[in-house]
Amino acid sequence: MEATTSNGKFKVIGTRPIRHDGIDKVIGRAKYGADYAFPGMLFGKVLRSPHAHARIKSIKTDKALKLPGVKAVVTAADLPEAANRLEQAGEMAINPHYLSMNILARDKVLYDGHAIAAVAATSPHIAEEALKLIEVDYEVLEPAMTVDAAMKPGAPILLPDLRNREEGDKQTNVAQHYQFKRGDVEAGFRAADYVVEREFNTAMVHQGYIEPHNAVGIYNADGQATIYCSTQGAFDVRSLSAQVLGVPVGKIKVVPAEIGGGFGGKTTIYLEPLSVLLSKKTGHPVKLVMTRSEVLRASGPTSGSKIKVKMGATRDGKIVAAQVWMAYEAGAFPGSPVGAGAMTILAPYTIENLQIDAYDVVVNRPKTAAYRAPGASNAAMASETVIDELAEKCGIDPLDLRIQNGVKEGSPQVVGPPFRRIGFIETCEAIKNSDHYKSPLSGPYRGRGVASGFWFNAGMQSSATVNIHTDGTASVVTGSPDIGGSRASMAMITAEVLGLPVTDVRPLVADTDSIGHTDVTGGSRVTFATGMAVYEAAQDAARQLRERAAKVWEVKPEDVELHDGVLSLKEKAEGKAPMTIKEMATKLARTGGPIIGRASVNARGVGPAFATTCVDVEVDPDTGKVQILRCTIAQDVGKAIHPSYVEGQMQGGTAQGIGWGLNEEYFYDQKGILRNTGLLDYRMPTCLDLPLIETILVEVPNPGHPLGVRGVGEVSIVPPPAALANAIYRAVGVRMTETPMSPPRLLKAILKKRAAEETQSAAAD
Amino acid sequence: MSTPGFHQRIRFSINGRIVEREVPVRQTLADFIRDALGLTATRLGCEHGVCGACTVIVDGASVRACLMLAVQADGAEVRTVEGLAQDDELSPLQKAFLDHHALQCGFCTSGFLMTATDLAAHGAGSNETEIREALSGNLCRCTGYANLVDAIAAVLKEQAAKRE
Ligand code: FES
Ligand code: FES
Repeated sequence: MEATTSNGKFKVIGTRPIRHDGIDKVIGRAKYGADYAFPGMLFGKVLRSPHAHARIKSIKTDKALKLPGVKAVVTAADLPEAANRLEQAGEMAINPHYLSMNILARDKVLYDGHAIAAVAATSPHIAEEALKLIEVDYEVLEPAMTVDAAMKPGAPILLPDLRNREEGDKQTNVAQHYQFKRGDVEAGFRAADYVVEREFNTAMVHQGYIEPHNAVGIYNADGQATIYCSTQGAFDVRSLSAQVLGVPVGKIKVVPAEIGGGFGGKTTIYLEPLSVLLSKKTGHPVKLVMTRSEVLRASGPTSGSKIKVKMGATRDGKIVAAQVWMAYEAGAFPGSPVGAGAMTILAPYTIENLQIDAYDVVVNRPKTAAYRAPGASNAAMASETVIDELAEKCGIDPLDLRIQNGVKEGSPQVVGPPFRRIGFIETCEAIKNSDHYKSPLSGPYRGRGVASGFWFNAGMQSSATVNIHTDGTASVVTGSPDIGGSRASMAMITAEVLGLPVTDVRPLVADTDSIGHTDVTGGSRVTFATGMAVYEAAQDAARQLRERAAKVWEVKPEDVELHDGVLSLKEKAEGKAPMTIKEMATKLARTGGPIIGRASVNARGVGPAFATTCVDVEVDPDTGKVQILRCTIAQDVGKAIHPSYVEGQMQGGTAQGIGWGLNEEYFYDQKGILRNTGLLDYRMPTCLDLPLIETILVEVPNPGHPLGVRGVGEVSIVPPPAALANAIYRAVGVRMTETPMSPPRLLKAILKKRAAEETQSAAAD
Repeated sequence: MSTPGFHQRIRFSINGRIVEREVPVRQTLADFIRDALGLTATRLGCEHGVCGACTVIVDGASVRACLMLAVQADGAEVRTVEGLAQDDELSPLQKAFLDHHALQCGFCTSGFLMTATDLAAHGAGSNETEIREALSGNLCRCTGYANLVDAIAAVLKEQAAKRE
């Protein structure tokens, strides 16, 4: 694996220690949400809508309640009316009213799989049987499954109270229209020598974490509730559940279990409030775990979309104008990532004249949730293939066109201040200079494609404490659930600051009562923002250690320094020999008590991420199947704390992007029923579908972080679909405008091209 | 768990320990191992035989515990991840998974370890394509598989070297 990691002045950062939580995971002791069990625990199951769109006329639960072993049934009638307004919850804006309606449908079901009722029983089998005894009377309505269907005049309306600013008091499925403008688009296109205009359709896809959603709720008679669950944000589970249940945040404690993947999909709630409600009704702990089919039907996939891109360039390769129209499926309630899609789609390029119109559209599908760089991959599928076409028209290498137009320090962003130091061009150059790009690709039906991607990354709030133990080891406590090895990074930052071996630092993820507020693990923010809090907390502990040593030596704290875990006087003095942290730790009781370093941040100085991916494919012209021959990603990672986990993020995101581009899709029938509700039909890449994904770590330090860190978790998923489309074009000469580029779709395009060529040559004859 | 309906008494060995229990006839081996025996390292990702997270070894062959009923394990010898380490000594595969950073979230780890244990027990070679084929019944959504393949290849290679 190529790595240009320079370790500079660091001792621990940039090395590759074995992660602290690894042992529990290889011996099987790690506890994920579904592994929790308590005495007297009951099992919950959820009744889900068999219709895409229907009015609920009545729900009868008495037969279910009579089944032996059934202890309680809850419906929306058990939930308070939640406020109908936008509230900030972490990274997302949440409307509690809609959130509550997604947890349990009120008077309408809005998608196949929409939760209607939940049962608690003494076994999961009984709970399942009870679901069949709940009688729901529906009035089936026509569904609107796509943005086209939902936006056309006379479309079935999902939410009677939904309005947008432009349409006044008219009922609508368009929740939001965002517009971004710069310069004069018309004039820009007039100045262009080449204009490419295309329309794209991308399918809804799922994060596909292997661990299904789960929750165990325990309600105590004093009104306090505890929730154990696998989540990316324990504090978000707490605040969102409190909203839905209508209780103060302080009444709920959330204990984050180990989490079996999230990728954005575990940043909201589904089962958590149900577990508390059922526990309250029964007086027992209640566990709910989704089946895979429930995960696919009723958790939060990411939007399918329709995107039109028009871009113009001058003969010498300067992009002079771009116009984008994009509409994203929000699912049943407002809140697709179309805003992010709009702000990322042209982000890598300096374009003087642009206009972007973006629409958030409700459709009869599950409410979308975040998925790794939400909204950016499908956007890049559109823009990055158009860029490729422009490069071809100009006769310029696609990487050179990107370098020529690429953003750098000082370039304007679509919104906000100009970019600070960023590494986009560096990622293009890294690919250009890679062994991969320099090795010629030959053979029939083979092609090479490149594409780039941008992601903002997030900052937000984090808390951390660093405890110095009596034996001179330390623990670092944060509120950021670890989904990809972040505990190791937190321990490494602490070890670096204190000069301890990394094995002497124990990293922990605490529950919501045991650490200060910490926003969700998402937006690639943990190593950046929580890492910043950890860095400061460790500094705080270091400062206190110096003060204590000063007390022992009866000198001023400024005269003491801490290097490599050893406290010493800046100027040597008789009888005041240097002390290790271990030695100092034994003296803490006598010098003022234990040392707790602490810090909290609302992190500013976020460094955005760029990646460029190169992929070689071979297409089977008879089946349309795409085989990936080689794949390399270059990403600006700021400063890699633990390079192996940075590479892991790059490889994992690339793998998901490849699945998105080639195979994965939600397949609904005419009635709006999801037809691929299992992993056999929702096909994610296996290790046979993927090559070894090569990684190039480009390190352009983020000036906004003390260690140069920028988020690394998300941007890798952005380029692959477009890179694949560009490679497919070079292999078989068809420009794909739909994802997934699955065998049937690609074959159809190949046959269409062949037919067109035949008609043409027949006409010529 | 008090599931009514038919129960049957089974006796089998799990990680070398003999277990004798009444089990509901409709309970899967995975649910039995996890819920009744408390051995939760056998993970459930799909419950329909695709993800491989629930892989265990039954009488020397890797099996998806979500697709097998507990009653079918009567008389069998079952091995789960909890039985891989001997006297606190990690198995070479467990060690290699740590050394090669072969996991991110770790949810797929048990399944991969059991599939690979089966592979190693059958004397598989360290050819990458063959390893990838053998692992293609296990899904990992986090890693892109590179480090998993590396870790397993390293162990198989060492094992082959020892045989020679
Ligand atoms: S849980 Fe058994 S194969 Fe997925
Ligand atoms: S490490 Fe998360 S599924 Fe494999």
